[in-house]
Amino acid sequence: MRVLAAMSGGVDSAVAAARAVDAGHDVVGVHLALSAKPGTLRTGSRGCCTIEDSHDARRAADILGIPFYVWDFAERFTEEVIETFVGEYAAGRTPNPCVTCNEKIKFEALLEKAIALGFDAVATGHYARLSVVGGVPELRRAVDLDKDQSYVLASLTPEQLSHSMFPVGDTRKPDIRAEAERRGLAVARKPDSHDICFIPDGDTKTFLEKRLGQRPGDLVDAETGAVLGRHTGVHGFTVGQRKGLGIDRSVLDGKPRYVLALEPVSGTVKVGSADALTVREIRADRPVWPAGPLDGPTECVAQVRAHGGTADAIAETDGADGADGGGVRIQLREPLTGVAPGQVVVLYRPDVAGDVVLGSAKITATDG
Amino acid sequence: MTYLDHAATTPMSPSAISAMSEALSTVGNASSLHSSGRRARRVVEESREVIGEALGARPSEVIFTAGGTESDNLAVKGIFWARQGDDPKRRRVLASAVEHHAVLDAVQWLADHARAEVTWLDVDEHGRVLPETLRKAIEADPADVALVSVMWANNEVGTINPMSELADICAEYDIPLHSDAVQAVGAVPVDFAGSGASALTLTGHKLGGPYGVGALVLSRDTGCVPLLHGGGQERDVRSGTLDVPAIRAFATAVADAVREQPRYAERVSGLRDALIAAVRREVPDVILNGMPDGAGRLPGIAHLTFPGCAGDSLLMLLDAKGIECSTGSACTAGVAEPSHVLLAMGADAAAARGALRFSLGHTSTRDDVDAVAREIGGVVARARQAGLSGMRKNKQEV
Repeated sequence: MRVLAAMSGGVDSAVAAARAVDAGHDVVGVHLALSAKPGTLRTGSRGCCTIEDSHDARRAADILGIPFYVWDFAERFTEEVIETFVGEYAAGRTPNPCVTCNEKIKFEALLEKAIALGFDAVATGHYARLSVVGGVPELRRAVDLDKDQSYVLASLTPEQLSHSMFPVGDTRKPDIRAEAERRGLAVARKPDSHDICFIPDGDTKTFLEKRLGQRPGDLVDAETGAVLGRHTGVHGFTVGQRKGLGIDRSVLDGKPRYVLALEPVSGTVKVGSADALTVREIRADRPVWPAGPLDGPTECVAQVRAHGGTADAIAETDGADGADGGGVRIQLREPLTGVAPGQVVVLYRPDVAGDVVLGSAKITATDG
Repeated sequence: MTYLDHAATTPMSPSAISAMSEALSTVGNASSLHSSGRRARRVVEESREVIGEALGARPSEVIFTAGGTESDNLAVKGIFWARQGDDPKRRRVLASAVEHHAVLDAVQWLADHARAEVTWLDVDEHGRVLPETLRKAIEADPADVALVSVMWANNEVGTINPMSELADICAEYDIPLHSDAVQAVGAVPVDFAGSGASALTLTGHKLGGPYGVGALVLSRDTGCVPLLHGGGQERDVRSGTLDVPAIRAFATAVADAVREQPRYAERVSGLRDALIAAVRREVPDVILNGMPDGAGRLPGIAHLTFPGCAGDSLLMLLDAKGIECSTGSACTAGVAEPSHVLLAMGADAAAARGALRFSLGHTSTRDDVDAVAREIGGVVARARQAGLSGMRKNKQEV
């Protein structure tokens, strides 16, 4: 196969490319330039879009002896990921930009370009396992559960998955680093990247404020309706947040308050006790079903964040025919906290050989 | 392999390689006073004479540097500082909008850090600085102009500027003119004294010499403040131990290139025209950028826009077929940015992304043209399917 290896400059994508080469594929390395004005050097362990990262990717490709190019997706990334991210926060939702990037950039814009240019598949360094069962792609959690990224890949369509390769999903991260070392890849000891690549200092609030300005509003007690304070914009909050609410302690009874809901139109941030934060039912829309829609109520595990936030659940589609485009209703057997509209919920079928992704959808509402 | 990126760098000529190899096995700092030093100095001075002779300059006007970028920086900043030192009113720099980044960014640096005022000279749709554009810019206030910098021939689209007319206008007002002639020397006739320019940049690796060596030809009466301070080896304008082997090979290459120029131009422009004709046959909607007639263009450059294609797709697909060319634009981290040259010529951002530069040189043959003719149709069809996926969706229409 002709394989395009998306190389971020990190150790995982370098080993993924190496394994694609070993498997006998005809591999070309591509680094995506996602920032219009890339920084020269990495700051700490954050980000993957600096010139230094591009250099690291190039050096890995040199060692593997594969052609290497940098493709400029900065405009598309700004439009599809950064502007969506800002817009979602402005609308009081909590987006996951990595999910958007996988959906719209890596496995849409890049994959489409790769296919058009004659490649058969895109290989990335994501930790997830992909196989084909009865002609249908089956996405499983990675062997290394600490590193599992099936959550951020779950919204890929069967078509996208059928042109994807995740060569490191069957290996634990320390073994990937050891393998990189054996292969002479200089990125073997490069720190993992964390956080959001386009907010290298990790200060999401300031990033959003620069783009959205201040949109002051009230902090309101969800039960009593009492105004507990003022804030500079709903985009500074996320459901489940406790710290930095700026509530005057004198108005409180000593119990911690959490953000329960964000109402962007009125600019209201509703806060309440931990009890009010627990969610027992989730409604979600825009589902993607890699192996076809659910067939009636289905026992599964629901996950609402990239790491952690899992609960046993019963999920059911409420569309007329249960097809893509309908809604999904998820009853949680045990409550979850910190579930916010805008987040993605991924449903897994438990399996001893690795939980299998049943589908994913975007959370629209929650109930206690 | 089909190497069609001679404007990026061209193979060293066998005579330059042997000149360099011989000199590499000798020792001697050209500034030393003993026999070895004198031998080295002799090589340098003979090289200086050879280059002066080839370019119509006096030997003392040839200042060796580490290449085109240094020569451009030295001319732009050094002449600006000297002119301003003589008269603080002179704070305006006039430069064409299509200069190489070595000039462009040096000028911008003066604006950002030395309170220079910049007048970017517009170019016409073919990439030329028209004499009336320069005249108008100077006449806005002739007394405040520190220098003018206009490249002899453009490195991307290959357009040749009307240098003698531009120089005449500068001479009227006694303003020094610098010209980046990196792409011109050896490709078109370049006569320093005859051109009326005050300073001229050239570099070794574009004309069959080694990397890392070049020269600024600087007329004796043009003041220039040094960038590099130290031993003052080169007329006190440039310091640094002279790279004797590289200078020897550079001079050999300049002499050969200038001597061969008429034959080179005839042969290579013939190949270039055949290449353009072949591409047009395979891709009828291709757009030729730069001067429409061959005479106004460097013999080796064919700069083409393929509507609906991304340059990076074309480059990768051709590379896979063994054909090496360029998107002809500046690189940051290997990213091809839309060319400032095409944008200055009036192209939109999408069209600028679909441009490719094929540049031929002294080792090019008919086989190279045939290889492009064979592959370009299929490559363009594929690249067109991939479209302009890196851009904003609403900009992807061409």
